[in-house]
Amino acid sequence: MARIAGINLPAKKRIEVALTYIYGIGPSRARQILQRTGVDPNTKVMDLTEQEVTALRREVEAYVVEGDLRRQVRNDIQRLIDIGCYRGIRHKVGLPVRGQKTQSNARTWKGPRPAKAGKRK
Amino acid sequence: MARSEKKGPFVHPKLLRAIERFRRGELSEILTWSRSSMITPEMVGLTIRVHNGRIHVPVRITEAMIGHRLGEFAPTRTFRGHGGVKKKAVVPK
Repeated sequence: MARIAGINLPAKKRIEVALTYIYGIGPSRARQILQRTGVDPNTKVMDLTEQEVTALRREVEAYVVEGDLRRQVRNDIQRLIDIGCYRGIRHKVGLPVRGQKTQSNARTWKGPRPAKAGKRK
Repeated sequence: MARSEKKGPFVHPKLLRAIERFRRGELSEILTWSRSSMITPEMVGLTIRVHNGRIHVPVRITEAMIGHRLGEFAPTRTFRGHGGVKKKAVVPK
């Protein structure tokens, strides 16, 4: 129903939660936005008045959000890769960037475990 | 905790001297062990050879590298890959 920041039309959720459906807006920012616009965090999205939606939309515009934010992140990573620094290399080979151990765990980056050879009896 | 602003970026004094001497033509290349030295705007365009524990890796400094540290561009580990095709472990019954 309410379109804020492009394609985002959250559900019949409380607006405090619905705002976090926007990429770049988490619980903290959602609360700040609602405080500044004076909208009750508990109103469902479908019960918002037209003025409230407009106010929220204006407030959300203060942040880098959705496509722009994704592009910004992508460019930041690409920069690290281009200058050939350690963090860039880690991004390129798909391993943890911030010094975590990789002997075990790190499955988010490494993906599913490779099949172990010769494990059967 | 971040470094105090008033101190400015850390650059090893000896590295600064080396850059000076290189500019005057007294050195043919800049060698350094100081991996923790920050890259400053004055270094752009130079090639600094940074020690990685074994050799001095030549690093050409570009504008985008400012604010990073020299060691970030001279990897200390060589990854040669894992295993390859292993023989199937035979478990006798």
